Amino acid sequence: MTDAHTLHTEQLSLGYGDRVVVDSLDLTIPTGRITTIVGANACGKSTLLRAMARLLAPRNGRVVLDGKDLHRLPTKEVARTLGLLPQSPIAPEGIAVADLVGRGRHPHQKVFARWSREDEAAVLSALEATGTTELADRSVDELSGGQRQRVWIAMALAQQTDLLLLDEPTTFLDVTHQIEVLDLLTDLNRQRGTTIVMVLHDLNLAARYADHLIAVAGGALHAAGSPADVLTAATVREVFGLESEVVADPTSGKPMMLPIGRYHARQVQPATATATEASG
Amino acid sequence: MSATLLTRPGPDDAMMRRPVPVRLLVLLAGVAVLVLAAALSVAFGTRIVAWQDIVSAFTTSADGIAEAAVRQRVPRTVLAMLVGASLGVAGAVLQGLTRNPLADPMILGITPGASLAVVSGIAFFGLSTATGYIWVAIVGAALASAFVYTIGSLGRGGPTPLKLALSGAATTAAFTSLISAILLPRIDVMNVFRFWQVGGVGGASYSRIGQVLPFLVVGALLCLVCVRGLNTLALGDDLARGLGERVMVTRIVAFLGAVTLCGAATAVAGPIAFVGLVVPHVCRLLVGVDHRWLLASAGLLGAILLTVADVVGRIVARPSEIDVGIVTAIIGAPFFIYVVRRQKVRAL
Repeated sequence: MTDAHTLHTEQLSLGYGDRVVVDSLDLTIPTGRITTIVGANACGKSTLLRAMARLLAPRNGRVVLDGKDLHRLPTKEVARTLGLLPQSPIAPEGIAVADLVGRGRHPHQKVFARWSREDEAAVLSALEATGTTELADRSVDELSGGQRQRVWIAMALAQQTDLLLLDEPTTFLDVTHQIEVLDLLTDLNRQRGTTIVMVLHDLNLAARYADHLIAVAGGALHAAGSPADVLTAATVREVFGLESEVVADPTSGKPMMLPIGRYHARQVQPATATATEASG
Repeated sequence: MSATLLTRPGPDDAMMRRPVPVRLLVLLAGVAVLVLAAALSVAFGTRIVAWQDIVSAFTTSADGIAEAAVRQRVPRTVLAMLVGASLGVAGAVLQGLTRNPLADPMILGITPGASLAVVSGIAFFGLSTATGYIWVAIVGAALASAFVYTIGSLGRGGPTPLKLALSGAATTAAFTSLISAILLPRIDVMNVFRFWQVGGVGGASYSRIGQVLPFLVVGALLCLVCVRGLNTLALGDDLARGLGERVMVTRIVAFLGAVTLCGAATAVAGPIAFVGLVVPHVCRLLVGVDHRWLLASAGLLGAILLTVADVVGRIVARPSEIDVGIVTAIIGAPFFIYVVRRQKVRAL
């Protein structure tokens, strides 16, 4: 891995058609840390990640990678620095795990060049890091959801980028595999110094695994900082429109959000909830 | 896939992945079968000739009817192989770039577009040279496929496989009726067109091969340049972009390559169905999903299929012959149903 790479946005505005999704956003991704982006559905968090991965051209402003406009850099050069795991990548029917992981080497290969020793080493190390060496010859179709997600992460690792963006890497996984994937990404960050940026749905997992937590609401940055600073009852109310209690997670000491609905809350009586609803 | 199960991972083995030996074996077997098919194609025809005549056709300058028939079978065989290989490769490329298992030159409107262009050329502009056919066919194929792609891209979600196939099917139907509308009142044009339309390599000559070859080479090169790009496109457009692929450029170049191959092949041999559809599916079962192997094997298998189909067409209806386009449809249709029924071709 080379020198530390930096990624930030300047006055970034994004949208589809007439609709503005993100408006004049200034955001800095801390190098060598794990950043998670949270927010309500359709708040623009995935759109923001897509723009940072150059999949979406900004309407205004820019995404800046190492001091240069990301969307003006040669895309293959970017691909050697910045990796992306989209939400639903496609595994070609019947492809073997090792072959799929090998496709992560694309930005390092010339059009007619042969498979090199570096390619081989990168794939082997990616398989090992994700615990998928045993699966190398299996067909991706045969794998469980958790194994498959580890294989996709292995593919992103084979790309050998210092920055890795992931769009909801834990979707469709059961809780055990969610933790497995997040632990794996943490390993990457701690051992290789990879800067990780991911969009997560689960606020508590986001707070636990993030060094830096970004809350997006209505296409604007609502709060950014350490999970302890960002994840407060006030943030949850403003970003998600949800009443909650935030306590220290007894396992990690990170903040943990407990939602308060209209039922099952000891302090809140149904009558009060109805009254709040009526007045709101 | 059986091909992927045969390698054993070893920690210090640099060739651990990629069952190269298996795939290589498949390709070598393909070459052997192709040589055999070519030999059959020279040996068997409408006219039954003795072995001595075949030998003397190549070793002496004797010019009896038998020798002439045998010598005439050589360019025919070469053309069948070229056309078959082109259609096989084009089909594999089209399926790869659209990620659509149903994409083939016929369904995407490329072949019908080439046909309509050639028919219009014959009927309205007195087109009669082979090179003229080729240019007109390629332009027609490109316009038709651009039309199909544009229609298929309208609405939400862009060019999804289903919308592309639907717009291709509709365009094909429209073009087919346009072709009929142009031909029906013109008996003379119909006669010129009739043999071409059914699909045949019977009129092959070395000069015709020489005219079409440059187009096929250019088309094949365009496809080859995109081969790695097709491998990334298979992972979805987002991931392909993330891997540094210029998705739009790759699509356009690969599409131009496929259109050139199909247009030129259609111009010399008429519209031939099913080769571009069936061959890539069979090849995926044989060598897997890596487009480098896929294109190579699709070229081989396409050549084999068309050569064999041509031989069959020559011997089943003696003393007449059945054009190769009919034979590929007869072989291709049931075979395609068989392939589709196997689970592995559900989707790309």
